[in-house]
Amino acid sequence: MPHTKKPRVATVSLAGCFGCHMSLLDLDERFLQLSDIVEFGRSPINDLRRFNERCRVGLIEGGCCNEENVQTLVEFRESCDLLIAVGECAIMGGIPAMRNTLPLADCLEEAYLDGRSVYNPSGRIPDDPELPLLLDRVYCAHDVVKIDYHLPGCPPQADTIWQALVAVLSDNPVNLPYELVKYD
Amino acid sequence: MTDSFTIRVDGRVIEARQGQTIMEATEQAGIYIPRLCDHPDLRAHGSCRICTVLANGRSVAACTQPVERDMEVKNRHPRVEAWRRQLIAMLFVEGNHFCPCCEKSGNCELQALGYLHGMTATQHPHLFPRRAVDGSHPDILLEHNRCVLCGRCVRASRDVDGKQVFQFAGRGLNRHITVNTEAQLDHPGLDLKDKAVSVCPVGAILKKHKHYGVPVGERKFDHDPIGSDVESHDQDKVT
Ligand code: SF4
Ligand code: SF4
Ligand code: SF4
Repeated sequence: MPHTKKPRVATVSLAGCFGCHMSLLDLDERFLQLSDIVEFGRSPINDLRRFNERCRVGLIEGGCCNEENVQTLVEFRESCDLLIAVGECAIMGGIPAMRNTLPLADCLEEAYLDGRSVYNPSGRIPDDPELPLLLDRVYCAHDVVKIDYHLPGCPPQADTIWQALVAVLSDNPVNLPYELVKYD
Repeated sequence: MTDSFTIRVDGRVIEARQGQTIMEATEQAGIYIPRLCDHPDLRAHGSCRICTVLANGRSVAACTQPVERDMEVKNRHPRVEAWRRQLIAMLFVEGNHFCPCCEKSGNCELQALGYLHGMTATQHPHLFPRRAVDGSHPDILLEHNRCVLCGRCVRASRDVDGKQVFQFAGRGLNRHITVNTEAQLDHPGLDLKDKAVSVCPVGAILKKHKHYGVPVGERKFDHDPIGSDVESHDQDKVT
């Protein structure tokens, strides 16, 4: 039997809550169908942390709140033919971007020094060099790299992810019906 | 009748009367023209420009433009819809619209206009302005982050409630809604039953203690696109 290689799909959660990945799992039995037609590349689903092969599709959850998110997103752009921003965080920054109306210093002070429930005897804001450097604000995915499709929702419904994947894997454009264009 | 004539909207011939606006004539004929600042119970304002149409080749606001005999109106036209998409996107990036945590989500007209136009993302950068929340009134919340400056509350308070609780202040990017005479919303005149409290198209004026009252799936725009009520009224008439 001739062996045709399955297209590879990579996924990542940047500044997101993993809710969009939960929605991917929410495909239920269609998830088995999906694993019949695609191979997962770098993704938390198979715990693969590097690109070992080029991928057809990259699903991006979350925007960029730190340097590491930016590097990862750039790597996804370089390693995937198509990038799909999944969910409001990737599309416009989402809940993490609520800090964008405030200076970063104020956010850190509230979180580590002044907040009412803070217990921090060191009185220092964490600054270990191992910690990825926070950006001045949260950037959405298309602020950083070119994004081919956006799937709105918080998270997008499993149906939305399914329709988009089926479309791009069969080389069709993604056209979401009214019921699936939702921002919450 | 001498003062009645016909106009054409996207090729369809409809009746119109002298003195009507394009919006009034189309509404009567069951044709929906998207709008945000316009409201059936308030005087037209012509400020949001979402209702832009091409009338005899010129772009005009349908809510203020009077009809003329044999006028040729383009509403569901690709060029017009592209303009509207841009206006809607600009309203989103100009304020702070975090729909996933907004009580108005699902019942919001700005969001519904985004849905209607299939908008999945904005290409403009978000401005993330710093704006205040006024929670001083015991029953009403004024959330400036979500205000789209449509002026519905201003007109409703002045023309319907006879109170002038709300007014505009500032210019350009600093333009905002302010509460008259008092620095804050706990204005002696503002009442939960006021028209001004119920006309806000977005989640900027909210009744407190309601929270997320209607479950997802049953909210106004979950299944029915904005404007379906106008268009179904047409079907009732046809059958
Ligand atoms: S869009 Fe919503 S579900 Fe997805 S990562 Fe962001 S907060 Fe979580
Ligand atoms: S007012 Fe409307 S558009 Fe703005 S956050 Fe609320 S639901 Fe979204
Ligand atoms: S508060 Fe609401 S009704 Fe008043 S101008 Fe802002 S968006 Fe319009």
